[in-house]
Amino acid sequence: MVKNEVTLHVNGETRSLYIRNAETLLYTLREKLGLTGAKPGCLNGDCGACTVEVNGAAIKSCIMLTIEAANQQITTVEGLQDAPIQTQFVEKFAFQCGYCTPGFIMNCNTLIEKYPEANETVIKKWLESNICRCTGYKEIEDAVKAVLTSNQADSSV
Amino acid sequence: MSWSIGKNIIRKDAVEKVTGTAKYTADAPTSNMYHVKLVISQHAHAKLKAVNVARAWDVSGVRAILLGQSSLPLTGDEVKDRPILAFDRVRYFGEPIAAVVADEPFQAKKAAELIEVIYEPLPVVQSPKEALQRDAVLLHENLASYDKVQYVYPEKGSNVANRVKIRKGTIEQALLESDVVIEENFSLSPSDHTAMETRCVIAEVKQDGFVHFTSTTQAPYRIKEQMSNYFNIDEGKIIVNAPYVGGGFGGKVALHLELIAYLATVAVGGKQVKLHYTREEDMVTAPGRIGLEATIKLAATKDGKITGAKLLYLFDTGAYSDKGTMISKAAAATCTGPYQIDNIWCDSLAVYTNHPYATAYRGFSHSELLFAFERAMDILARKLGMDPLELRKKNAILPGQTTPTQVPLNSSTVGDLPRCINKLKELMNWQEGTVIPIDDEKVRVKGISCSWKTSTIGPSASSGVALLFNPDGSINVLSGIVEIGMGAKTILAQLLAEKLKMDIQKIHVHMEVNTQTTPEHYKTAASRGTLMAGRALVKAADDAIRQLKQIAAQVLICSPDDLDVGYEKVYVREEPDAFVEVKDICYGYKYPNGYAIGGQIIGKGTYTLRHLTNLDRHTGIGKTGPEYTIGAQGVEVEFNTKDFTYKILKAYSVIDAGKVLNPQTAIGQIMGGMSMGLNHASSETFVFNDEGIVQNPRFRTYGPFRYGNHPDYIVHFLENPHIDGPFGARGVGESGLIGMPAALANSLSVASRVELNRLPLTPEFIWHEKKAGNNDDLV
Repeated sequence: MVKNEVTLHVNGETRSLYIRNAETLLYTLREKLGLTGAKPGCLNGDCGACTVEVNGAAIKSCIMLTIEAANQQITTVEGLQDAPIQTQFVEKFAFQCGYCTPGFIMNCNTLIEKYPEANETVIKKWLESNICRCTGYKEIEDAVKAVLTSNQADSSV
Repeated sequence: MSWSIGKNIIRKDAVEKVTGTAKYTADAPTSNMYHVKLVISQHAHAKLKAVNVARAWDVSGVRAILLGQSSLPLTGDEVKDRPILAFDRVRYFGEPIAAVVADEPFQAKKAAELIEVIYEPLPVVQSPKEALQRDAVLLHENLASYDKVQYVYPEKGSNVANRVKIRKGTIEQALLESDVVIEENFSLSPSDHTAMETRCVIAEVKQDGFVHFTSTTQAPYRIKEQMSNYFNIDEGKIIVNAPYVGGGFGGKVALHLELIAYLATVAVGGKQVKLHYTREEDMVTAPGRIGLEATIKLAATKDGKITGAKLLYLFDTGAYSDKGTMISKAAAATCTGPYQIDNIWCDSLAVYTNHPYATAYRGFSHSELLFAFERAMDILARKLGMDPLELRKKNAILPGQTTPTQVPLNSSTVGDLPRCINKLKELMNWQEGTVIPIDDEKVRVKGISCSWKTSTIGPSASSGVALLFNPDGSINVLSGIVEIGMGAKTILAQLLAEKLKMDIQKIHVHMEVNTQTTPEHYKTAASRGTLMAGRALVKAADDAIRQLKQIAAQVLICSPDDLDVGYEKVYVREEPDAFVEVKDICYGYKYPNGYAIGGQIIGKGTYTLRHLTNLDRHTGIGKTGPEYTIGAQGVEVEFNTKDFTYKILKAYSVIDAGKVLNPQTAIGQIMGGMSMGLNHASSETFVFNDEGIVQNPRFRTYGPFRYGNHPDYIVHFLENPHIDGPFGARGVGESGLIGMPAALANSLSVASRVELNRLPLTPEFIWHEKKAGNNDDLV
């Protein structure tokens, strides 16, 4: 089994490790770095439970090879510190079983950073890449809109 | 004024879940584990001519290869009909045939791909009706010789795994004497739960002989019980861990992967092994949702009083029965929906086919039977020229009347359906009309349904709670409920805070279940968490209160009868200034001279369902569950009359919840259920080809709702208490779902002016039905 060394920048830390070339970023994060916040749900990009940020973009880590992520800035849910979207997920009851939650939070967080003025269409376009089977999506809608509205209010002051 | 009940208390699992630190089964470090990969059947029905494993052994890292054999036990909850690994024959697409154990997941996968299976295809049975034909191929020739529980009735020489009969009154006379009769057929295909977390198990046999499982299960205590039965292991030596579960919806009640993983760990000397299903395996190999073919015949007087119901429910339990037999029983017990009908004839069957096998699914037959029955109600209303809500109100089951299984009801057990209907009528602005034109192409249209649900679980199912006090007066709550998403453990904390009038932040709920150290909760299913664990908790709190009073009485030199517990104190009722703090007595009390009395307060409580029975084989008389949660639901849809596409604008639920313990959690359960019901009604289904192969076992083709598909949800609760429930609460975990398929189908039937009697309701299906109905070419 051939393994190569890669350097990953994850949640502000630089980590060097040996990986198989075929390893996905999701596998490496979970199995090599113990960052199990990103979840496997489909392993083919359908469900978004494995979403992380790579250089500020929301990426489904199950369809990115680890070697593609070498030397890039990666943020997983474990790297967020009291992000407003986390607080709103708690307050709006935007999770039930919690399995899709880290992926949703990472996708919402990236959306909020990139499109602070996001309208309904933009929100829908972003969030329809993730699946939740417990909620009826309403609570997630409330959470993401609460953060966007609050940011917009702050910036208009 | 309540202390904690009825408030939007933040969930106890919130921080762990939004920070990614909540641990699920597959999150355990794997450096010390082997990995298991299955070879699954590529045919829905075939003889296994050969399974050649030689090439698989060439893959490095392979430790063991397991094949099915007749010496292994057959398994099943009610009828033991299922081999752990198929041998001689496969009966559904996706059935496990072999398992490879290897060091790394990719090695196990590579080896599994090199196992060559030689099949000899057999004729495929694709529906219950087909399976019941005289010349149908038999799925289980040895059906009559399988071990089974007493109250299940497989029929020898047929594909019938169970038949439940309801006989109340005289149906033939009712049909003869009625003014109006309708008869319609309804159907839906099997589908899947698709919880976001796919099933996973880690198994190990330690040197001391103890068998350990960590599993994505809703029923850890049943794993312990059943593994003990199948493999003759002392039940006390089986320890099951259930961490957070990423959604269950009934699908993780079944014992499935654990059986294979146990064989795998034994094959490698007891070393830890992990079996983690892919999405595709989770959908087809593991059990899914039951299908149904139903025939509903209703008789009524011309003013709309329903006098008789003749019902045939044919459940498609797939290749094996698992919970299918109990689903057919649950359907029989509530076969008419929430209506008083004097004359009922119902046969409810679980029938084998070559589809993936069925297990429990949120609603446990109710969304399926209500789809059929509530569609029939609308068809009857149309024939009578009566408003569909009025028809339902006129026939609504009331306290003082009896269920199909002849259980007398009262206001505690059944709640208030007419008030639910009235409220729905008001919320939906019913008098505005049910079809409102928008433009040349589009109409806005409304549809409704009513629902009821009780549980059908073991007659002696029980739940236990232990409360362990900490020296600071805080309390650890131990309950065998698995946190599968519904927030039940937060509800337990609320109940305890209410009982003790204490700060909920000082109540610590242990989330993970370990069957060795956590009091048993029968199964986390059937919306039974709040009733059973809630009652156990109340009893445990009373036990703790009794102990606190006993020790405080010695400190305060009075009778325990004069004391109350609250606000983290034990105080004299009449003179609250005379008190002792809970933290100063919950580990015993120390007198100033050093003498000590008492010790750690440990409160305990158990609750067992009361007076439940099996159903009489010939009449169906008996009681399957305690209380009914009743509701009225509706949808408002924008429908395009040209291309038959539609958008669900609003979804309504009026549910008699008994008592709402945490509004936000309860609303979340109802909205989530409504979403699931609408999703199932509009797009979710397995698509089978002619050979019985599932064509869409993945998210992108299966059709789950995504963000933006959701309608506006309007949820309203009535609170007619279930006096046996904790603080009057009824179970609501399934109520949001079960009326939705019928409500959507009723609205679209009105909109399209054709009776839509099959799910899912895709535009293509509506087009097809229109074409058939109009007998002309619409395209």
